[in-house]
Amino acid sequence: MAEVKMAEAPTKTTGTPVLSVQNLEAWYGESHILHGINFNVNAGEVVTLLGRNGAGKTTTLKSVMGIIGKRTGSIRFNDQDITRAASDKIARMGVAFCPEERGIFASLDVRENLLLPPIVRPGGLSLDQIFELFPNLKERLNSQGTKLSGGEQQMLAIARILRTGARFLMLDEPTEGLAPVIIQQIGHTIARLKSEGFTILLVEQNFRFAATVADRYYIVEHGKVIDGFANSELQANMDKLHTYLGV
Amino acid sequence: MQALYAQLLVGLINGSFYALLSLGLAVIFGMLNIINFAHGALYMMGAFCAYFLLNLAGIGYWPALIIAPIVVGIFGMILERTMLQWLSGLDHLYGLLLTFGIALIVQGVFQNYFGSSGLPYAIPDELKGGMNLGFMFLPIYRGWVVVFSLIVCLATWYLIEKTRLGANLRAATENPTLVRAFGINVPRMITLTYGLGVGLAALAGVLSAPINQVRPLMGADLIIVVFAVVVIGGMGSIMGSIITGFSLGVIEGLTKYFYPEASNTVVFVLMVLVLLVKPTGLTGRAA
Repeated sequence: MAEVKMAEAPTKTTGTPVLSVQNLEAWYGESHILHGINFNVNAGEVVTLLGRNGAGKTTTLKSVMGIIGKRTGSIRFNDQDITRAASDKIARMGVAFCPEERGIFASLDVRENLLLPPIVRPGGLSLDQIFELFPNLKERLNSQGTKLSGGEQQMLAIARILRTGARFLMLDEPTEGLAPVIIQQIGHTIARLKSEGFTILLVEQNFRFAATVADRYYIVEHGKVIDGFANSELQANMDKLHTYLGV
Repeated sequence: MQALYAQLLVGLINGSFYALLSLGLAVIFGMLNIINFAHGALYMMGAFCAYFLLNLAGIGYWPALIIAPIVVGIFGMILERTMLQWLSGLDHLYGLLLTFGIALIVQGVFQNYFGSSGLPYAIPDELKGGMNLGFMFLPIYRGWVVVFSLIVCLATWYLIEKTRLGANLRAATENPTLVRAFGINVPRMITLTYGLGVGLAALAGVLSAPINQVRPLMGADLIIVVFAVVVIGGMGSIMGSIITGFSLGVIEGLTKYFYPEASNTVVFVLMVLVLLVKPTGLTGRAA
């Protein structure tokens, strides 16, 4: 591997990269959205992509998942090149995705929604473990998926990918539009998953929330990663962060 | 009264074919977003398949009920892999035109070799004869067609609405991209779904062979009415297709008894009325 242009890694990262994204460019039809994204996610980390609306965070997740039509550069997962792989293959390698719009199916009840994603490897959470994390779901098993409240839908969207045995989770704005008490519950869930060794790539607008769970941050702007720092360097970077995010 | 019951029975039989065909169309439309105009030609191929099995290989009606749907279903899956899959994401019009073209070609080829007149296909021995129900005489084969179609329709409904496989199918109808991102091979599922819909059409063709004879244009005549049935019922619902199929057959039968002049148009009159009042169909969900 000659001359791989790495992200200007501003922090020392330990461990082995589960996900390594280099010079990723992506297009929606004719429009060029990502202009060279570089970042790594190491085993057991929670990494958060921060940035304004339309910066390219969601497109980055979708590119990793293989659901953006045209993408170039390099995406490696557990040292395998998945840049051009089909999304069902990527999922079967152990990547799980919880989309921003949650993707709860209206024509399926809660149980069917929960059981929809196939088991891709052993070691996923059992239904009992899932109900322990999200007791609400157990009582709503026979409800139509989209009859759940926003918070319950988000829990369902996270719960169903925990069953699959995937150890690398991509969560796209899991707190969007939710009440503080639910956000807290999702924060606890992410912390718990991390303690159990899951690796998580998070996209967030809610910076306060991200700060409670993330190990490292990358700032995405105009389809590029323009900065990155560890949670321990957060205070020192506060001013910069306010400028980046315009908050 | 005898005549009324007889017309009701004819209505139920036509309704069986409407239901089997519109069910397949609804399943195909849901997954592939294609208005499968080739459905009538594939129904005809089912009947011809039974005819060939009998006359070329000596294989009778009962095995044909299983073999013909599989053979024609595989033919459908080849069509899907080689042609239809390239139309995904395009306007409905492209799929409609392509399948219409396929229908014309298939029908043309069969017409070239077999002309337009019907080829006979005998009722299997086990189902010959009839019974007197007291109020009417019921030919056993016709009763069998109605009952068997109903069972196949309900089994298909059960498969789609109540099983894991069906849940995958419903989910992929709603959001194929996400279902694929969960690790489910959606393209393969689409091919199999098309095969299932086509298989149902071929099954209807085999059932129809002893009643209506085997003709290259048997599907072309039927498919226009079936499309009206689908418009009335709405594309979105499996049970809706089944109920609408049988009901419209019965309504047609009743019209034949009470006002025969309108029996060929009543379905289309209903279609116009439904389109004016509820354009998504009686049971359809908004697209």
